[in-house]
Amino acid sequence: MADIRLDRLAKRFPNGFVAVKDLSLEIAEAELLVLVGPSGCGKTTALRMIAGLEDISSGDLYIGGRRVNDVLERDRDIAMVFQNYALYPHMTVAQNIAFSLKLSKRPKHEIRERVQETARLLGLDELLDRRPKQLSGGQKQRVAMGRAIIRQPQVFLMDEPLSNLDAQLRVHMRGEIEALQKRLGVTTVYVTHDQVEAMTMGDRVAVLRSGELQQVDTPSNVYDRPTNLFVAGFIGSPPMNLARATIEAENGGLVVRLGSSTIPVPAELVRDRGLDAWIGRESIVGIRPEDIEGLPEDGRPKDGAPLEATIDRVEALGSDLLAFFTIDAPPATSAAIAEATGGGLEEVALITREGTPFCATFEPRAGIRMGDRVEVTVDVRRLHFFDPETEQAIGT
Amino acid sequence: MTTVALDHGVKLRRRRRTRAQVVKYLALAFVALVVLLPVYVLLVASFKSGTEADPSRAWALPEVWSLDAWREAWNGEQYGLFPYLKNSLKLVIPATLLSTMLGSLNGFVLSRWRFPGADLVFLFLLFGMFIPYQAVMIPLTQIFLEVDFPEGLPRLVFAHIVYGIPITTLIFRSYYATIPEDLIEAARMDRAGMLRTYWSVVLPVSAPAFVVTAIWQFTSIWNDFLFAVFIVDDPAQWPVTVALNNTTGSFVTPYNVQMAAALLASLPTLIVYILLGRYFMRGLMAGALKG
Repeated sequence: MADIRLDRLAKRFPNGFVAVKDLSLEIAEAELLVLVGPSGCGKTTALRMIAGLEDISSGDLYIGGRRVNDVLERDRDIAMVFQNYALYPHMTVAQNIAFSLKLSKRPKHEIRERVQETARLLGLDELLDRRPKQLSGGQKQRVAMGRAIIRQPQVFLMDEPLSNLDAQLRVHMRGEIEALQKRLGVTTVYVTHDQVEAMTMGDRVAVLRSGELQQVDTPSNVYDRPTNLFVAGFIGSPPMNLARATIEAENGGLVVRLGSSTIPVPAELVRDRGLDAWIGRESIVGIRPEDIEGLPEDGRPKDGAPLEATIDRVEALGSDLLAFFTIDAPPATSAAIAEATGGGLEEVALITREGTPFCATFEPRAGIRMGDRVEVTVDVRRLHFFDPETEQAIGT
Repeated sequence: MTTVALDHGVKLRRRRRTRAQVVKYLALAFVALVVLLPVYVLLVASFKSGTEADPSRAWALPEVWSLDAWREAWNGEQYGLFPYLKNSLKLVIPATLLSTMLGSLNGFVLSRWRFPGADLVFLFLLFGMFIPYQAVMIPLTQIFLEVDFPEGLPRLVFAHIVYGIPITTLIFRSYYATIPEDLIEAARMDRAGMLRTYWSVVLPVSAPAFVVTAIWQFTSIWNDFLFAVFIVDDPAQWPVTVALNNTTGSFVTPYNVQMAAALLASLPTLIVYILLGRYFMRGLMAGALKG
């Protein structure tokens, strides 16, 4: 087992494109770090540099304290799981798994034992004589894992290993990989564009945008305290609602004027984020969909602030009810948000009316329908504030 | 109403399709006829007796079917091709195998284990394809003489191997370009070096390219006349193409024997197509990737 350290790692391609910019990360021994970001953010390139499949343009890479910039991929003691599995089509499952051991000239009986052991671990016992084309997607995925595990390497690298599986299997394999990683205790870098995978699997999550590290922290910290608009928009599904709002002083406290609504800001939050400096200024306010609730019948909850809304659209997901409505505050448009969310909600705004599209997750039995005029409550303790200029979170 | 109209439309379309197909098949049949006519003449003449085989009656079927011409062409005293067919095999088998093997290695390195300047090297290799045989006749002979290369067939084998490298490299390079890069990289991560990757991962999935290249090389080497005629001096080592050319008598031309000999000389290439054609393995790569 080994730790990995990236010190200002960069990748410039010959055509001048910079895929990774001065990426610095420390991945502890036995940790599972998820590199996440939209496609083209450089996460795969970063992984391939760690693997040795891509030259490092500048910066240093250390594995287990050893600088490995110029060490061949075969001498880095790393195993990799590819997005397309890349199983050898002419070899059986057993041969696929055993290939690396065969190359390192291990004795036959040892290879056989380790293949058996690996197969047992992954539930592949019955499939050892099959060829890749006779396997289902999930089985192929397992074989690819087996090929990595059997090596007992210092480091696992996984490049979107679940993206070719259907949704149910993906959820299942997510758990399996995570459990396996914990059990084997191998330092792992896991690349994905799926923020659900990032949130559920990673000990820590590193969010990348255009080759630059935006934030690296535990999943809950990244979710609760995103450092900038990009992370706020990218992590979370449905994404955080963002709108322009003015912070004003009122009745000895601070309020946010979000369109025609007024939301009081708890004193604790004002202190923590240093919001006093923002009185009279426009900022971007973020509210997560689950922090908006329907008004309980006995009135408003303690820390809630009411917001009037006409429901534009409802999506019943079974476990949740997504309600889309438009508030009369100007939208927070920025390249970062568009990139993070794929521009999804803005299109809804265009087809509805002036204002900012918001989304709230309600109880599945809330009984809300399209066209309803409702009062919703915002959990004011969980407001997010961003500087519209720098796009950074205020007070971090 | 609507179903009727729909039916009518479908029928109309179907009829139009059949008519187009008829036209297509007629055109194809015509082209096939044009190609096969000379073969017909060849075939009927080869079964005629010596006196009957005359250009003025080329189209007629033989009055008496006879195998004499075939016997003469096979191992007759004057025209027998058997020893030359053996020479041709001695030439074509090693030359095909070696040039295909080299093409495979070149193609792999130039497409999947690239080195700086690989494109330039490939470009130079391709130039080789555009150099006509005639242009190298004298320098090639000179080099053979200077290095004292073993005379006869070995020279011819060598010449064909070298001349085959551009085309075999091109075929394999294109084929290997379709092998997913992930597969090569997986081998690299499994700690395979260049040769091991080639041997264990690339070669086993190369069968389709080997078949195509082998057919191509076999045919062109078997059919070559020019290299053979200027490189091989010793008549005992002539390949069949040169020997065939010499079945033309100085005073009399025994057309029936010549036709039989021509057919005999072209049989091996036909057999190769029939045998190897079946091994055009499709979907060998299936299962390597997601599915």
